[in-house]
Amino acid sequence: MRPLLSLVSGAWGRRIVIGLPFLWLALFFLLPFLVTLKIAFSPSINGIPPIGPILGLTDDGALRITLHIENWSYLFQDPSYVIAYGRSLLTAAITTVLCLVIGYPMAYRIARASPRMRPLLLILVIMPFWTSFLIRVYAWIGILKDNGLINNFLLWTRIIHQPLQMMNTQFAVHLVMTYAYLPFMLLPLYTTLEKLDLSLLEAASDLGGRPIISFLTVTLPLSLPGIVAGSLLVFIPAVGEFIIPTLVGSPGHQMIASVVFDEFFSNRDWPTASAVATAVVLLLLVPILALVWLRQRNDAKLIASS
Amino acid sequence: MQFTPTDGANALHPPHIRIEGVSKRFGGFTAVRDIDLTIGRGELFALLGGSGCGKTTLLRMLAGFADPSTGRIHIGDRDVTHLPPYERPVNMMFQSYALFPHMTVAANIAFGLKREGLPKPEIARRVEEALALVKLDGLGGRKPAQLSGGQRQRVALARAVVKRPEVLLLDEPMSALDKKLREHTQFELMAIQRQLGITFVMVTHDQEEAMAMATRIAVMDGGRIMQVGSPRDIYETPRSLFVADFIGSVNMLEGQVVETQGAEAAMDCPALGRRIVFAAGRNLALGETVALALRPERITIGQAASGANHVHGQIQALAYHGGASVFRVLLPTGTLLQVTRPNLVEGSGSTLAIGDAVTLSWSPQATTVIET
Repeated sequence: MRPLLSLVSGAWGRRIVIGLPFLWLALFFLLPFLVTLKIAFSPSINGIPPIGPILGLTDDGALRITLHIENWSYLFQDPSYVIAYGRSLLTAAITTVLCLVIGYPMAYRIARASPRMRPLLLILVIMPFWTSFLIRVYAWIGILKDNGLINNFLLWTRIIHQPLQMMNTQFAVHLVMTYAYLPFMLLPLYTTLEKLDLSLLEAASDLGGRPIISFLTVTLPLSLPGIVAGSLLVFIPAVGEFIIPTLVGSPGHQMIASVVFDEFFSNRDWPTASAVATAVVLLLLVPILALVWLRQRNDAKLIASS
Repeated sequence: MQFTPTDGANALHPPHIRIEGVSKRFGGFTAVRDIDLTIGRGELFALLGGSGCGKTTLLRMLAGFADPSTGRIHIGDRDVTHLPPYERPVNMMFQSYALFPHMTVAANIAFGLKREGLPKPEIARRVEEALALVKLDGLGGRKPAQLSGGQRQRVALARAVVKRPEVLLLDEPMSALDKKLREHTQFELMAIQRQLGITFVMVTHDQEEAMAMATRIAVMDGGRIMQVGSPRDIYETPRSLFVADFIGSVNMLEGQVVETQGAEAAMDCPALGRRIVFAAGRNLALGETVALALRPERITIGQAASGANHVHGQIQALAYHGGASVFRVLLPTGTLLQVTRPNLVEGSGSTLAIGDAVTLSWSPQATTVIET
């Protein structure tokens, strides 16, 4: 018992506790990323696997590394990649904004509900997770399709005479993605709003702030960490969302995830698929890491000076 | 109770806040019951009581955070009963200070002025003034997290007075400070109050704080006001057992009146096992049961009798407080009396010891008749 205890409580214990997540990330994130990066610079060949080596030996026995950057130049020569990427960013941005607009009032209301009601309301938010994601998306198809719930109802009440085209549109993609990602926005928002000291709002009101002013000057700035966390949790996976655009979106409006899928499985062009995937990670990761780093530096500055 | 609503609001302090028949119910719980109270302009008024006595609810109704269930509240000539907080000529200093953590000290203080739409140079000037008033010049650029507890309290004060409210409400203003800083701050708050001439209404559970600072005190219990008066009135002539007991230590003596003679009366007190003489204060009937409050410091402790009333006993416990010593004296009847003696000369704290036989004496004027 004693050696284990001293191991955990000692400097080595701390190293292990901190090291394990790093090891996890290195094994399951960094390593696959490096493999993908390597494939992105490999030549495309006919074979199994359909990639050639990047390492070789020259005739005089020197190690030769061949980086096939033509995989990357495709990305910029063919506008369809750029368009798909732009469409993914736009869709993710719209989803994030919609989740924020819908999630903020919900989170606010739950945070202000009586302490007895809050767990119940939170369970209602999380409840859809108990059903398979795929089934929920199929349920939306049942609602949105030409002879689906909405169209049948509108036709039956004679509000419309032709079914509305909702399936296979960007509208359906935005709708279902907002639905699917809403809890990821709502929960961090709830956490920050629930922690908000209500006496601050009383102080704002006492000092002459009408409710809307108090919200804008106190509640909103103080819930910024929740807004940032929620937006990241929605935006990042939304950019790479594959299932929803594939099932309810229009085939003519390809998003970046299905481009990778097609390159990989239909064209069997692993290097281009890898280059696209790597580019998405780099274009997404770098700005977001910069943002997070800036925030942390700000927090650290505040803590250090107090 | 027997006070009149305008008690103490005199020529020096003309009426400023009038509370008429105010009650507050939360569901089935009544936090404040039918309170009538007038607070004078420029007073430093203390609402004093234990937790749950309704003092904070009353303060919150003055601020506008709680709506009275019945009754009216007037500030000056205005009926503010149902005005929202942001339309009242009142500012509050919160117990937790409630400083905006994301704003600098200067932005915190400027918050209320911005809401009035004042021009920027005017706001900057008044923020500087307020910072100077609370002796925090030069700290306007700091965030609240970078300040000490005492400094935060000053920012809260500056933020609350910068709008020049008619009334400043203070919710347990000193509760988060340590004892030394608290005493210092009491004097400073009083000085600032005199300087600004604002009516202060302060909520506190600390009777010493209320006594030291307030022009008048309302002692509250169970949502009611038990007594309103100057600190001296409340201490020297408590009207009820609750008030006598809440404000300082007190020995309670009960008995039947056996003799009246002018302003003085005598009663047989079973707890002391003898007859004592006391200042009646009003006409008493023979045979009437009365209760007397006897403050510990009004009793003389020594070897010889020195007053009209005296009893013998034995020191059962003593506590040395530096400036004074507190004795518990056991009488032959089994009654314990508490006695406080100032330690006037060096070594006087050690002349008496546990187990010593002593005589306790007090004059007829040392006791106060309590209404029961």
